[in-house]
Amino acid sequence: MTSTNLHMYVMMAPLLAAFAVNLLGRVSRAWIGPLSLGALTFSTIGALLTLLRVLHHGAYRYTVGNWQPPFGIELVIDPLSALMLLLVSGVALLATCSALKSVQNELPGREHLFFTLYMILVAGLLGLVLTGDAFNLYVLLEITSITTYGLIAMGSGRAALSSFNYIIMGSIGACFYLLGVGYLYILTGTLNMADIASILPGLNAPAAIATAFAFLLVGLWVKMALFPLHIWLPNAYSQAPTGAGVMIAPLMTKVTIYLMIRVMFSIFSPDYTFFAHAGVQAGIVWAASLAILCASGLALAQRNLRRMLTYILIAEVGYMVGGVWLANGTGMTGAMLHIVNDALMTLCLFLAAAAIIYRTGSLEFDRLHGLYRRMPLTMAAFTVGAFSMIGIPPTCGFFSKWYLLLGAVQAQHWEFVAALLASSLINAVLFFRLFELAYFKPAGEDVPSASQPCGDAPPLLLSPLVLTAVALLVVGLGTGPLIENVIRLALPPGFAP
Amino acid sequence: MTYQSSLLPLAAIGISLAAAVPIMLSGRKPNLREFWTLLAAVGKFVLVAAMLPSVLAGHGFVLTLAEVVPGVPIQLRVDAMGMYFALVASFLWICTSVYSIGYMRKLKEHDQTRYFAAFALAIAATIGVAFSANLLTLYLFYEMLSLATYPLVTHERNAEARFSGRKYLIYILGTSIGLVLPAMLITYALTGTLDFTVGGILAGQASPATLALLLVLFLLGFAKAAIMPMHGWLPAAMVAPTPVSSFLHGVAVVKVGVFSILRVIFFIFGPALLRELDYGTIITTLTSITILVASLIALTQDNLKRRLAYSTIGQLSYMVLGAGMLTAAGMTGGLLHIAMHAFGKITLFFCAGAIYVASHKKYISEMDGLGRRMPVTYGAFLLGALSIIGIPPLGGFISKWNLLLGAVEADQWVLLLVLLTSSLLNAAYFLPIVYRGFFAGPRDTGAGEVIQEAPLLCLIPLTLTALASVGLFFFPGVFLELVHAALFR
Repeated sequence: MTSTNLHMYVMMAPLLAAFAVNLLGRVSRAWIGPLSLGALTFSTIGALLTLLRVLHHGAYRYTVGNWQPPFGIELVIDPLSALMLLLVSGVALLATCSALKSVQNELPGREHLFFTLYMILVAGLLGLVLTGDAFNLYVLLEITSITTYGLIAMGSGRAALSSFNYIIMGSIGACFYLLGVGYLYILTGTLNMADIASILPGLNAPAAIATAFAFLLVGLWVKMALFPLHIWLPNAYSQAPTGAGVMIAPLMTKVTIYLMIRVMFSIFSPDYTFFAHAGVQAGIVWAASLAILCASGLALAQRNLRRMLTYILIAEVGYMVGGVWLANGTGMTGAMLHIVNDALMTLCLFLAAAAIIYRTGSLEFDRLHGLYRRMPLTMAAFTVGAFSMIGIPPTCGFFSKWYLLLGAVQAQHWEFVAALLASSLINAVLFFRLFELAYFKPAGEDVPSASQPCGDAPPLLLSPLVLTAVALLVVGLGTGPLIENVIRLALPPGFAP
Repeated sequence: MTYQSSLLPLAAIGISLAAAVPIMLSGRKPNLREFWTLLAAVGKFVLVAAMLPSVLAGHGFVLTLAEVVPGVPIQLRVDAMGMYFALVASFLWICTSVYSIGYMRKLKEHDQTRYFAAFALAIAATIGVAFSANLLTLYLFYEMLSLATYPLVTHERNAEARFSGRKYLIYILGTSIGLVLPAMLITYALTGTLDFTVGGILAGQASPATLALLLVLFLLGFAKAAIMPMHGWLPAAMVAPTPVSSFLHGVAVVKVGVFSILRVIFFIFGPALLRELDYGTIITTLTSITILVASLIALTQDNLKRRLAYSTIGQLSYMVLGAGMLTAAGMTGGLLHIAMHAFGKITLFFCAGAIYVASHKKYISEMDGLGRRMPVTYGAFLLGALSIIGIPPLGGFISKWNLLLGAVEADQWVLLLVLLTSSLLNAAYFLPIVYRGFFAGPRDTGAGEVIQEAPLLCLIPLTLTALASVGLFFFPGVFLELVHAALFR
């Protein structure tokens, strides 16, 4: 028990802003921007203070409304969740700047509806990061999913169908998770994670526990789109309104991976997770390696920038799942670092895509010619993001990949090393193909005609993009302190980086 | 060598990095833009030279930029070997900058702003490689150089440039991510450090098989050194404007590859370990094959720049071969050849560019009688060629002499034979060019088109580097001292 309510404000600010946006946004569009940006700025600062507090005074637990666990809802604020809190609110803040502009462009007259769902989604993500209760986690997961379904359905073209597809897959995932929680509740009589964790070792029901564990994991894998459970993601994310994709793509999969880590270490123990069932740990690393290779391969087949990015996103999920399951401190460090880095680089690339589509109206590859000349700043930031995805130092993507690779070398999982290297090389091909398109003149054509507008994106789209690109470099160079001060504390006991 | 903390190495790298910004902003004022280029070039040389006396006296400089991986920070360190390479590169960059301005203006090239900005980034990365304190930092600058060179290779932006750009990236980026990165990780996993340590870090840390694997990964992974079969990108990259070929593909990029390999041989493996395992043979075998095959291919090339490219491939392997001999003279010769070859080859490329600027001719078969019209250019070409063949009184003789001595010291008569054969082949592919220039072709070209020497801004640098090749024979002092300090102190 502690006296600070700071993290509650962080979580509540977007939720309250959602209602305000809905009401005031009906009156005038002008309210939406200040309200949502204000709430998220508040959250980001609050999250930063929370993180600093945790680093200074250590982790703490918080009971909502002072109802004691195991009955009340408990929140856990430890280094990792505080870091995620900052990541979610910061990324959402940057994404919102861009979303304001592109939603105004794509969904005129429906902005208040869009941002109502959008802010609830952010609140849900923040809640997911904090919760220490297995069932509460399910509720928040559904809140984020349902708002995401709504946001995606607001897109044009076949977005409604893609959203429906996502609803089916998402619900199956949620059911699996809920079944897992059900098993645990029957076994232990509690829903509090810490409580479950303390009761489980004393039980003699290996089959039931294993079933619960499997249900929980598979449920989350569907939600995070681990190949081959990814089928819903490319359509959903590439047909969503640009403003929604910019926030959902960087955050949704990363938060789910964080949840997987929570399930593995807070409900179950590292010992149970890695060593109770022979072959499972190695099998999952193999599966993650295949996931990386297959998703990277599929990315090669895409002819649309945003669709290509969605497949890269799926490959990156494999990076993190594999990293956590390497079962050593280095691999876990890499996975946790990659959660932060991947969120930032996905954000960077999606922001760049948003700026490009705002100016040119298309992300098809054959429409990207001459972009370096037309949008130099956007493309400069895009280039930094791409370098980070390929893993070129000193961008942050290199360093998380370094830890992941090192973890794999230490664990002698050479298939994972090979998959990571292959995926880096494929990423290089993917992005240099784009650079080539944007750099060279189209075959047989001269300078772009007047029909293609010149000039960079408006400042509201450009400033978060440039800021994110700079962040990629800063986080990359700050890898040492980040690991030393935050991530090292988040590793389960007995695992050192 | 003792090290003191200093901002000088960062300044030496950063000055051209920073200059890229004003260069890009002053694209509409070519004179101002060229002023920035020259200012950065001279400034960089001054900054590097300012550290020279202290390094010669045994006091290096060190600067830690960021802590990223336990035991392996991003760190700059100026030691004798880095100083040696930085001195060569930063001096030749001044010559190249002057030459670039003359060349690009005379040909009225497009996109000169992008060209000069990318060039500034490339030289910053080159000095970064020279001043890297560990393998991770070196890798960082190595990649930066690869990427900064891409817009230069594809400068023409036509189908051929696109194809060459792809080839360049597949070779360079493919090997650095696919071979060097895993080799670096395995080394780190074994030893917990990547610091360049005198005597190496790998001794007693791994089985001979693992070490052999690592050695091959590093040798082929640093594909900028163009050891066969990783050489294909270099002839392809010749589509770039000639100043790029001369500086980057004659000096900076390729020698960064060699420098990286030598760093690994001397400071990661350590000569003692390689000698003990007798792994010098791996190095000498790979490089001997490259030397002979590349020289033979060079004979068949009619495109002047391609012939020079194959010559470069052969000469680069000389340097690695010398290190692979693992004898004092061999290592000295290998390291020394970096500078000697740099001055010679840059002269040859400058001449090729001057010929192109003056006559728009690329093929040797078209160049009959050209020497009589361009005596200065052809004179410089002759000097450069003689230096690379290794004939006194030119700088190339000193390094080749040391290499031959090294082969004798190592009791490797095969290597001696390889070196001598290659020298003959060098003469066979260089001297006919000069002969045709002066003596072949019609005596009298008539009153038609009159070909004159290239502009003065091209002519001065190539004369300077040609004379420097001669000067290096008589005064190799500083370079020799740095090489000795790098290897034996």
